[in-house]
Amino acid sequence: MNAHDFNLASTALKALNSGALWVPDRALLCVSDLHLGKSERILRRGGSPLPPYETRDTLTRLAADLASTQARTVICLGDSFDDLGAAQALPEEEKQWITRLQAGRQWIWVEGNHDPGPIDMGGTHLAEYVDTPLIFRHIAEVGAIGEISGHYHPKVRLALRGRVISRPAFLFDQNRLIMPAYGTYTGGLDSRSPVFHPLMRPDACAVLTGRTAMAVPMPR
Amino acid sequence: MSALPKTFQDWFAAKGWSIHPHQQKMLDRADVPALLLIAPTGGGKTLSGFLPTLIDLADGTHEGMHTLYISPLKALAADIQRNLTTPVEEMRLPITIGARTGDTTQTQRKRQRADPPHIFLTTPESLALLVSYEDAPRMFRGLKRVVIDEIHALAESKRGDQMMLALARLNAICPNLKRVGLSATVEDPAAIAHFMARHPDPCEILMADPGPAPDIQMLRTEEAPPWSGGGAAYAIPAVLEQIKQHKTTLIFHNTRAQAEIFFHNLWLANEDSLPIGIHHGSLDREQRTRVEAAMVRGDLRAIVCTGSLDLGIDWGDVDLVIQIGAPKNVKRLVQRIGRANHRYNAPSKALLVPANRFEVVECVAALDAVLAGELDGDPRGHGPRDVLCQHILITACAGPFDADDLYAEFTSAGAYSALSRADFDACLDFCATGGYALRAYDKWKRLIQRPDGLWQLRDPRAARNIRMNIGTIQDTDTLKVRMRRNRGGKPLGEIEEGFAATLTPGDTFLIGGQIVKYEGLREMTVEVSRDAAKKPKIATFAGTKFATSTQLSARVQQMFTQESWPELPAHTADWLHLQREVSQLPQPGRLLIESFPHDGREQTVVYGFAGRNGMQTLGLLLTKRMEELGLHPLGFVATDYATLIWGLDAVTDPAPLFDLTALQEGLETWLAGNAVMKRTFRASATIAGLIERNSPQARKSGRQATFSSDILYDTLHRYDPDHLVLQITREEALRGLVDFSRIEEMVERVENRIDHRQLTRVTPLAAPLFLEMGRVPVKGEAEERLLAEEAARLMETSGLAQITPAPSDKPKWRMGY
Repeated sequence: MNAHDFNLASTALKALNSGALWVPDRALLCVSDLHLGKSERILRRGGSPLPPYETRDTLTRLAADLASTQARTVICLGDSFDDLGAAQALPEEEKQWITRLQAGRQWIWVEGNHDPGPIDMGGTHLAEYVDTPLIFRHIAEVGAIGEISGHYHPKVRLALRGRVISRPAFLFDQNRLIMPAYGTYTGGLDSRSPVFHPLMRPDACAVLTGRTAMAVPMPR
Repeated sequence: MSALPKTFQDWFAAKGWSIHPHQQKMLDRADVPALLLIAPTGGGKTLSGFLPTLIDLADGTHEGMHTLYISPLKALAADIQRNLTTPVEEMRLPITIGARTGDTTQTQRKRQRADPPHIFLTTPESLALLVSYEDAPRMFRGLKRVVIDEIHALAESKRGDQMMLALARLNAICPNLKRVGLSATVEDPAAIAHFMARHPDPCEILMADPGPAPDIQMLRTEEAPPWSGGGAAYAIPAVLEQIKQHKTTLIFHNTRAQAEIFFHNLWLANEDSLPIGIHHGSLDREQRTRVEAAMVRGDLRAIVCTGSLDLGIDWGDVDLVIQIGAPKNVKRLVQRIGRANHRYNAPSKALLVPANRFEVVECVAALDAVLAGELDGDPRGHGPRDVLCQHILITACAGPFDADDLYAEFTSAGAYSALSRADFDACLDFCATGGYALRAYDKWKRLIQRPDGLWQLRDPRAARNIRMNIGTIQDTDTLKVRMRRNRGGKPLGEIEEGFAATLTPGDTFLIGGQIVKYEGLREMTVEVSRDAAKKPKIATFAGTKFATSTQLSARVQQMFTQESWPELPAHTADWLHLQREVSQLPQPGRLLIESFPHDGREQTVVYGFAGRNGMQTLGLLLTKRMEELGLHPLGFVATDYATLIWGLDAVTDPAPLFDLTALQEGLETWLAGNAVMKRTFRASATIAGLIERNSPQARKSGRQATFSSDILYDTLHRYDPDHLVLQITREEALRGLVDFSRIEEMVERVENRIDHRQLTRVTPLAAPLFLEMGRVPVKGEAEERLLAEEAARLMETSGLAQITPAPSDKPKWRMGY
């Protein structure tokens, strides 16, 4: 595991190459957009059947991050479940797995647009979570300061001497951080999208996830 | 000897014909269970197949279907219908003839099922569909003979396996069904006989007189062919000259895109406005039919075509065949040449036009092989199990079945005669459960065993989906192209989805010989308008890229040992001499490797002569080894002869790269995440019924299908690596797209005899590789290194590096508590 270090609202943060955020001072791990149960929902809505293993894949990676950071607080930053039905339909095995991961730590489910209500699972359910000077919410709000959000699944495309790579990425500037999606089978929104213009300052940076957490000026 | 009935004798006499010796022999043996005729094109092969049928039906007493004719091509079925109608009408025989292909209308299909014609012409896919209907026994009642045309072509692919399984079904319905196979010249007739026999019954082989040797040469032009590419535009004036000198010329290309481009260039140079047409599988049916009809009338002086015209269609007075590009395979060349001069006992005339400098050498080698009468070919493997799975489902559509009976039925087909009961049961289990990793899904549980022991569809409604997905042809995904009009303009043909995705409105491309402008995409249809531009953005629908056969590659290598090359044109001979001067030529039994810097990268060329697919695999395996050895490879490109690899570090000692055990280990791990494997998986999974391409709701776009098939592949690979479809994929890939056998053969041939030349610049033999299409990037440390460099550069130039804390320089980061 490796990380890119940066500061937000005078708090030292580490953007992990796995796509999770680590706040060392508070032993807090934040992940966004897990979209657990996605394949189940796609099938339920009449889409093509994808094998139901993406939830396990996401949880395996989360368990690894928890093991190496020993986080005392975990924040799931919204869209943790692909919808409330998917949360219900999660196989017993996987529900138990989540319960095991929750043992001995504070666990906060922040609401997202896919899961806008309490779910039948341990942990605290909040619309947003404030830990001054940081505020954790699902969708970024214009003008916010010290805000950490998810929702957009940002990706960064870079041309490297004749080849193009595209990877999920953190976007941050001095006021806010937008997290990449942590879930398996989640798509992404290019950082060049106009959606990010009102949110990110011109000097914003992006941290690419993957083998190495790598910071570049945010392409726009 | 069976005598010809009077009506037939008179008809032959009126035509001024006499019966060929092999036609008589076919008649004499009309009662053997299976008979294979091997005859050159133009030997009256089709008539020999049908003569016993026509005689048998002449008295008008037979009711229902009598003879089933199966051909690999829709066009061929249409052609045979035309050709049969002539004798039937002229002799006033009471015989009905009907054809059914993918192009037959719904009304006709219904009528054919209710009241089948005496002679029924179809393709393997349509036959499989018919066999899946509950009323199949009624439709095929009374069937006596089945004629399989161009069986050599079918025997090369899964279509043939599917056909033989369908025939096994028919034999169960009509136990006395006789089989007749018609084949062009092949290297191993016994293999085809084994393939078409109904085991344990034997299959007799009848060899017709092969006819005179063909007159075949390489087209020599003033202008030298280019260094790479397959267009052969340089030869256009010479080809036009040949068209003028002959009555009708067929111009064969190896890919559709090449045919389109060549046709376009030919028209630009066609000052005399000679009537020239184009024919390939991507064109709209209407267009193809028009060209076929014009050809039969003798209205066309030339047809630019691809493999879609490869088989024995009777084109009348073709007196010249031109092959553009190296033939890659001597057998196919000989069969193509058979198109010319469709008269028995007259030599065929053909010209080879090399498209680039290397192909000059290959063409000369191919000519030598034809003269020596050496055909190439690889032995046929066991019948693939994905086809078996599909056929189990097809059988279930027709009604409940008994597993023991079905096993017995399957093993009567040649390709499956060695099928073990365990393998059969595994396929049946897959159809019934979907396999361990997919047990959670009802969708893949398609069969259930009834209390009486018979198997049937769990949900009878699934039959519709299964029928919609019958077939083994895995074309690249294509989109229909139409002229933009108010509603439904003229259909032009199809292009690959991947190509369509690269188009932006206003782009121009070639289709059916005209340049069109891309307007937009509407519901899976590409809308275009006419455009007067001179130069199109090129159509890339690739067609098939054949690999050069082992035998032909060996001949080319043998040519490199010669002191000089009087048989080669000066431009090519000089090129080889220059290569010998600055480096050396690859030698048989040795492996030449050249390393040199070029274009800011370290380049390595391996002259492995293992065919395109093999060299592609070698590229993947070598770059993997180089990654392990820290040489930072970035990508590679492969041709039939060589693989060019570029990277950040130079190769100084190639020996550790070629350790066969290491390569084999690499193969195992590499196979897992590899795109070729995923493509193979997608094909096998589609055939086996794991993925449905067509559903009653809507056709899935290729991208959606790719998405879910890639995810399925990863899932199965991780959670159920022994899943049946993964086993099939591995088998397929090793002998097909991956072609690892040819790499093994190469490594064994070479052992440790490696000639490594470290040079300062590009060599003559390597130069064309830099112009090759189809470069494959390697994702690995080199990419990370490039990314790190780029990130550092961007941070520096933007000034952000000073503002934010620099990235932690310790690469391994761990929490302290």
